[in-house]
Amino acid sequence: MSQVHIKTKINGDNIEFLCDPEETLLDILRDKLHLTGTKEGCGTGDCGACSITLDGKLVCSCLVLGAEADNSEISTIEGMSNGEKLHPLQQKFLDHAALQCGVCTPGILVAAKSLLEKNPDPTESEVRYWLAGNLCRCTGYDKIIKAVLDAAKEMRS
Amino acid sequence: MMVKVRIWGSLQKATDNKEFVEVEAENFKQLLDNLSLKYPKLKPQISRGVSVAIDGLIYKNSWFTPIKPENEVVLMPYMVGG
Amino acid sequence: MSPLDNTYEKQFKVIGTRPPRPDGIEKVTGKAQYGADLYVPDMLYAKILRSPHPHAKIISIDTSEAEKLDGVKAVVTSKDFSKFSDNKPSDTLVNCIAHEKALYDGHCVAAVAALSNTIAKSALKLINVEYEILPHVTDVDEAMKTDSPIVNKGYVLENVPKGFSENVTSYYEFGHGDLDNGFNNADLIVERTFKTEAAHQGYIEPHACLASMTPDGKADLWCCTQGHYNVRALCADIMGMESSQLRVTPSEIGGGFGGKTTIFIEPIALALSLKSGKPVKLVMTRDEVFKATGPTVSSSMDVKIGMTKDGVITAGEANLRYQGGAFPNGTVEMGAQSAFAAYDLKAVRTKGWNVLTNRPKQAAYRAPGAPQAIYAVESVVDELCQKLNLDPLEIRIKNAAKKGTKSSYGPTFDDIGLIATLEAAKKHPHYLAPLEENQGRGLSCGFWFNFGGDTCVTLNVNFDGTIGVTEGNPDIGGSRASISQMAAEELGISYDKVRTIIADTNSLGHNEVTDGSRVTFAVGLATIKAARAAIKEMCKRVSLIWGIDEDAVRWENGSAIPAGPNAGQFDPMSIEEIAAMSSQTGGPIAGHHEVNAEGAGVSFGVHLADVEVDKETGSTKVLRYTVFQDAGKAIHPSYVEGQMQGGAVQGIGWALNEEYIYGEDGRLQNAGFLDYRIPVASDLPMIEPVILEIPNPGHPYGVRGVGETSIVPPLAAINNAVSRATNIRFSELPLSPPKVLSSLKKEINDG
Repeated sequence: MSQVHIKTKINGDNIEFLCDPEETLLDILRDKLHLTGTKEGCGTGDCGACSITLDGKLVCSCLVLGAEADNSEISTIEGMSNGEKLHPLQQKFLDHAALQCGVCTPGILVAAKSLLEKNPDPTESEVRYWLAGNLCRCTGYDKIIKAVLDAAKEMRS
Repeated sequence: MMVKVRIWGSLQKATDNKEFVEVEAENFKQLLDNLSLKYPKLKPQISRGVSVAIDGLIYKNSWFTPIKPENEVVLMPYMVGG
Repeated sequence: MSPLDNTYEKQFKVIGTRPPRPDGIEKVTGKAQYGADLYVPDMLYAKILRSPHPHAKIISIDTSEAEKLDGVKAVVTSKDFSKFSDNKPSDTLVNCIAHEKALYDGHCVAAVAALSNTIAKSALKLINVEYEILPHVTDVDEAMKTDSPIVNKGYVLENVPKGFSENVTSYYEFGHGDLDNGFNNADLIVERTFKTEAAHQGYIEPHACLASMTPDGKADLWCCTQGHYNVRALCADIMGMESSQLRVTPSEIGGGFGGKTTIFIEPIALALSLKSGKPVKLVMTRDEVFKATGPTVSSSMDVKIGMTKDGVITAGEANLRYQGGAFPNGTVEMGAQSAFAAYDLKAVRTKGWNVLTNRPKQAAYRAPGAPQAIYAVESVVDELCQKLNLDPLEIRIKNAAKKGTKSSYGPTFDDIGLIATLEAAKKHPHYLAPLEENQGRGLSCGFWFNFGGDTCVTLNVNFDGTIGVTEGNPDIGGSRASISQMAAEELGISYDKVRTIIADTNSLGHNEVTDGSRVTFAVGLATIKAARAAIKEMCKRVSLIWGIDEDAVRWENGSAIPAGPNAGQFDPMSIEEIAAMSSQTGGPIAGHHEVNAEGAGVSFGVHLADVEVDKETGSTKVLRYTVFQDAGKAIHPSYVEGQMQGGAVQGIGWALNEEYIYGEDGRLQNAGFLDYRIPVASDLPMIEPVILEIPNPGHPYGVRGVGETSIVPPLAAINNAVSRATNIRFSELPLSPPKVLSSLKKEINDG
């Protein structure tokens, strides 16, 4: 089984890798590149723990093949903060205690960032529906929604 | 000193259908040991594990928790949690 | 109970504030390492072959073709475990890997370690298992019948009455008073049968581990678990190892809720590592998590309650039948004790039967056994109130258990805070807010015991006066922050001077699993005691420096000071100064405390739920939800709120959508998050938490466990709200749209 040579840009860095044709992008990110901030919760696109952006579009990386990522730009949780400076969403998640176990947090942050890029002033309902594909079992979402709304407010000002 | 112990419903088969039994005990361990001696049919349950409520507070398994005659002592199944 | 020198009356400086958690930045930047996030050199990837049959005798397993596949380094079956111990294999081992029979759909029968996941998956297809299919049973009532297929022989305890199949493994009965007389005194009696389906804990992180075992009997194990000391004990027993030779390091844990209190894959990874001579990583898929790890029990329950027309409950009776999968469990007795705990009753009796079925072995799930029984009781209480036209909250206050009540499970209650919690609900604007058409409001009380247990804490005073706390309980919801707060409070220093870590199994003595809502209570208690031990040592060092008696030095606001005017005139010595001289005054300073913490104190909660039922589709929308709970003392209020909100939403999911669905073939039909639907953000309103603080005398600061009680009330709160919104009394969970719709249609057809 011959492997496919893929060139991508991940969090701004040029990255090349070889992958099996059936390997998912999630497996590449984790097992080959050890970017383990992207989590696998289900492997079937139902939980959103593996959320990344691929050419600016929010996707579940478990539903994308590594081979499909050729010549694409990928953003993962590892690219969200800038050196010492956290993204406002990351900071608000800490301020609002919007995580308990934290395993869904990277996916939710990536998804929320994607929302605020499209809609800088979302309503509570818009946040809830945008994040409906990201499961959190610990928090009941309350503090997550508040953190996203608060981050949006700060980013607007 | 004699301590009065309350036995739960289905376990009363092992105490001749008595809801309350009295045994000599000054702590949790003596209580269990003497219950097993006096009512051998309690042994299987005691060896699987029992907790003891003393004046309303539940003790899971601390042998040397003191028990006084004036305490309310209730045997309970060993506690499990999540 | 020994005096604890309780200080919960004092003004706290750190307790009750909301500082950032020490593991926060790692978790928002993706750096935190969970079970599946560790990679080591020369590591293999493992996969498990699982039975497609709910009940089948394993005639033979041929692994030869799999072993020949290029890149496969080891294959194990149950035979590989027999060399580790001469004893009969434990239930835990047989649940990890089937021995003579596959006992449920998804039961592990063999496992492979290979150079990659892809190769390991291919190898599974080359393993040939010959099965003899046996009749199966997955329903609790069916499994109790004398003609039921027998799931697993030899488990019936001496306490089981005659007349049931061998699947009924244990029986419990609790209560007091004259039931007949009680029911005779009632103006109205309601009797109903209820059913709940199994719900999965649904943690987002699947089970994962990385094992490295060498032929000299030593091993290192990294895994996500609620209790690595328990992992060590169970694995050492299975692998015939001495505890000291198995070092277990807990990863960050991506949720547990009780489901990660035991082991499922760790011995498999250890055996594959031993056989291959390489480190082995084993990560479950979501499908495997649903099929082969513990959901909660499913239940079938009869509840009968009598009430006078002015709302006095005269008698309560519950018969509970819980199935917990293919191995015995101790859940029904918890339900039978909890069922009527919120009430002050003259006559009460509960009976419970634990039953085996061809389903995965149940695992603890937040307050195991209580949500089901309390759902049934609270639904009947609500129905009685509705039929007698009584206010359900007033009636609960009227009948509430309080100090001096002989509880339904035996002991007499001390101060328990239920009435205060109910009064808080009554005063809250939610309770009297107007409702519209197709909307209903439900109310339920909840109860849980809470535990303490074995706990060890070491607190090191570093040379710069900062503090390192080492504890042994995986942090599932921010507990490192709470523990640091308690250390800082006791030492009189600021929160940011303390860092709390969770140690591996070799660094501390045994710590009970993170369960029973015990961590903030028990680890907190041990931390406070460890801090007090360090303070005592620091006072001693200062007494040497000052040349006065040890008793003449006391601790205040992070400094040693003379205890009184007679002790002499000395400037206070700060913790930094004392620490800096510690080498010269006798060596490094530490405090530690090891204890079996008892006296956790029971906990009550009250939930209010408003729902709207769509009569066209049968779907239920939660409009408003408020949680009232006694935390004793909220150390970090944000994380207390988080427990209350999270537990409530898990209960809402259980009430509205979550269920294990088994087909006629005994196979699980919905082993994935698409078909097993946990609540998503758009399903929910904000969940308002109202924290009450009625100090627990068993803890120095008054802490009471908060993690479990919150899952108990939602089942009945939602059921009562839906029942009132539709004017149809429902008695089966979940209240999924098809179920509600068919009842609505039936109601219309029946006129």
